[in-house]
Amino acid sequence: MIRKERIDRGIKVRSDDIYAISSYREILYLLLPRVIPVLCLLLLPTLLGSYYERVIIISCLMGLLALSWDLLASIGLFSLGQAFFFGVGGYASGFFSYQLGLPVPYSIVLGTVSGALVCTLLLAPVLRLKGVYFSIVTLAFPLFFVRIIESTKILGGTEGITGISPIGNSWIELYIPIFVFLFSLFGLRRLINSDYGIVLQAIRDNDRAVISSGINVYAYKLECTFIVSLLSCFSGAFMTHIYQAVGLSAFALDYSLLPLTSAVLGGVGTFAGPAIGTFILVPLSEFLRVFGTLRVVFYSVILFLCIVLLPEGIFPFLKRKYHQIERFVEV
Amino acid sequence: MRENFLVVENVSKSFGGVKAISNVSFSLSGNSLLGIIGPNGAGKTTLINIITGFIKPDSGRVIFKGDDITGLPGYKIAEKGIARTFQIVRPFLHLPAYKNLIIPLYSKRVKSFRGGRFGDRDTVAIDLLEEVGFERDSSVPYKSASSLPHGYLKRLELARCLALQPELLILDELFSGMSMSEVAATVPIIEKLKAEGLTLIMIEHRLRELFRIADKVIVLNFGEKIAEGKPSEVIENELVKVAYLGAESA
Repeated sequence: MIRKERIDRGIKVRSDDIYAISSYREILYLLLPRVIPVLCLLLLPTLLGSYYERVIIISCLMGLLALSWDLLASIGLFSLGQAFFFGVGGYASGFFSYQLGLPVPYSIVLGTVSGALVCTLLLAPVLRLKGVYFSIVTLAFPLFFVRIIESTKILGGTEGITGISPIGNSWIELYIPIFVFLFSLFGLRRLINSDYGIVLQAIRDNDRAVISSGINVYAYKLECTFIVSLLSCFSGAFMTHIYQAVGLSAFALDYSLLPLTSAVLGGVGTFAGPAIGTFILVPLSEFLRVFGTLRVVFYSVILFLCIVLLPEGIFPFLKRKYHQIERFVEV
Repeated sequence: MRENFLVVENVSKSFGGVKAISNVSFSLSGNSLLGIIGPNGAGKTTLINIITGFIKPDSGRVIFKGDDITGLPGYKIAEKGIARTFQIVRPFLHLPAYKNLIIPLYSKRVKSFRGGRFGDRDTVAIDLLEEVGFERDSSVPYKSASSLPHGYLKRLELARCLALQPELLILDELFSGMSMSEVAATVPIIEKLKAEGLTLIMIEHRLRELFRIADKVIVLNFGEKIAEGKPSEVIENELVKVAYLGAESA
């Protein structure tokens, strides 16, 4: 007799992290959803030409912002100010490159690390805030920096810093963001399911029970913020060298909203979701350029439809459908 | 350290104009079971919140094994070995039941107990759940905490505390919302914990079960301690009768 059986039921043994694999088909079942997107991301740019190469670079860098937004959200801190990290990273790297004349690799690394330190220090006092209070503070931070730079005329004032050295090698310019993005995506997915990540999720669910379990919640929030700052500042620092300029637009609201909308579109708390979200939204806004100023209208309508029709997000939906694939087994 | 395992000295706390706790003192010897009873709003939970560092008292001291722990942050007090359950169950709803225990197992206290790294925390978690009455071979320990019935959540909460390997365990209305059979199954677990050397404080409204297992009971009313003693003495106390049953019937 032959009957249908869900493939994942056979592979998964009760808990999420124990697998019992018995054939090549099952290995493929587990590997394909991971390998295909990675291969696409590595090969597509070489096939598509230089314009889309640029789109993919920007998608990866925006993807980093979305991933780090999702990490903050996993400990219950909903940020409305990813532009803050992005701008600080961008300005830090611009400062090291232009004002101090450091070579590009150094300015990116130093810009990332020092930017992350600055962001973590500034956010440290407000990490105790919860929910909407934290969101409002993060919304204010980029505005705060814009006003400081405008009024004190440091770091180029309203003009910004221009004439920053380019990265030079187009292969490096393309593949560093892709590798950092993929590394962060799989790294964060691994992290959140590790025991450390379980503690982070528990802090989001109920921080009082975490405290009474003998865990210093504040220290965990601080560590998490530093990881988030590193990823986002790298994104800003790299972008500065791609545009060879950094200005007040680095603190623009777009950089705060895009990570948020990507995460909501793709599925909050999954990391893969925000990644998929950015790879839909960034290219989409490029395609819609032909409509001129109507672009925003189309963009909003598409976003609205997605959120209404798929409230759980694209990734959880795809995952559920994938797990429902059946095979025939002999009984 | 048999005597004066935990000493609470003249602790007071007001919220605005309301005196939640005024001048409460008691001491607790090691390996005993103290019951705290009193009508709703008597300040029982506030007292526990003060001992476990969630609320700073206005005055008074809390001394645990000779160390002054008044006003220490909650996680430090937990690190010293005081674990508590919450009156309103607070499991980590997004996680499977057994993953709820990873949090205390990942704390500094337990890490140091087990010599830093130890094999598989998941296995330890499943063992602990079995101890509080989860069926090991069923799917219950692997279910999401949000899908468990209330009785299991209460026991999950107990297991979360035990995972911390506490020296003092504070149970805030553990039996409330449990069925008769669940209470009957939980009492032996508590007796076993005490036999293993644990010191316990229980806030409880189920007096029958509490009086059977408690060594000492203190009674709170309107933030003041109105009686203290063996269960049999407390039950005869006139003030307690007034507080529980009203003035006329006393």
